[in-house]
Amino acid sequence: MGFDIQRFTAMGGFGGHGRHLGLEYQAHGPDWAELALPYDARMIGDPASGVIASGPIVAMMDLATSLAVWLKRGNFEAHVTLDLRVDYLRPAVPTRTVIGRGECYRITRSVAFVRGIAHDGDADDPVAHVAGTFMSLKP
Amino acid sequence: MSGPRTEIGQAMILPPYATLLGCSIEWVEGMPELVMPFGDHVMGWPGLLQGGAIAGLLEVAGIAALTHGLASEGGGRIKPVTVTTDYLRTGRDHPTRAVGVILRLGQRIANVEATAWQEDRAKPIATARLNYRILRK
Repeated sequence: MGFDIQRFTAMGGFGGHGRHLGLEYQAHGPDWAELALPYDARMIGDPASGVIASGPIVAMMDLATSLAVWLKRGNFEAHVTLDLRVDYLRPAVPTRTVIGRGECYRITRSVAFVRGIAHDGDADDPVAHVAGTFMSLKP
Repeated sequence: MSGPRTEIGQAMILPPYATLLGCSIEWVEGMPELVMPFGDHVMGWPGLLQGGAIAGLLEVAGIAALTHGLASEGGGRIKPVTVTTDYLRTGRDHPTRAVGVILRLGQRIANVEATAWQEDRAKPIATARLNYRILRK
């Protein structure tokens, strides 16, 4: 049957924090998932410019890449983030929705390797690049 | 020495994102320490902290440490370049505390290490290496 991402996200899969940020499901494929983070003044990290903080982008990418792992695995399996690196290529333009696309490019029994980008309209001009790993909690 | 530092502390304004996380500053030995209460707004799996909220708290701790460090040097703008978070332990339904330690504050670049813990500071739940671009006034 595989992993039903739309059902999962609709059933509260984003958790309280994802709901609080206003995360939305956007699209998915066999090993990738795309989420949307609508602009919200509450997320501003730099009041001088109105640019949102990096934290909400990390939270979105953590979830988008997690979903990519379950899509590639074909089922939900509890895991924890081992590490996640985010490179900020440029500030997201204030008022624009940020799109996060996470991809799982390699999976082993215990570790999943992920990467992804965040952009604010043009995927060829990303605002952030991420790379990370997840550890499966399955014994 | 602690007098003027406290004054800087009282004047330190955290960005709206810090309010979204519900975090506040406590001054410990003249240095800003961030406290984030547990709640639905920072929860991932039921009863557990979401990784993004932990990374967010570490970021705010890094910004607070840098704002404090820059204050005595005339201030400046802070822009994140890279943030690498290592998750060490599960964040549970307790308040989380975090501090940033400036490893180097240069003319253009600042390197900060932030640590978050819950009940026992000797058992951190996550650490982050944060590299910033500094735009001095």
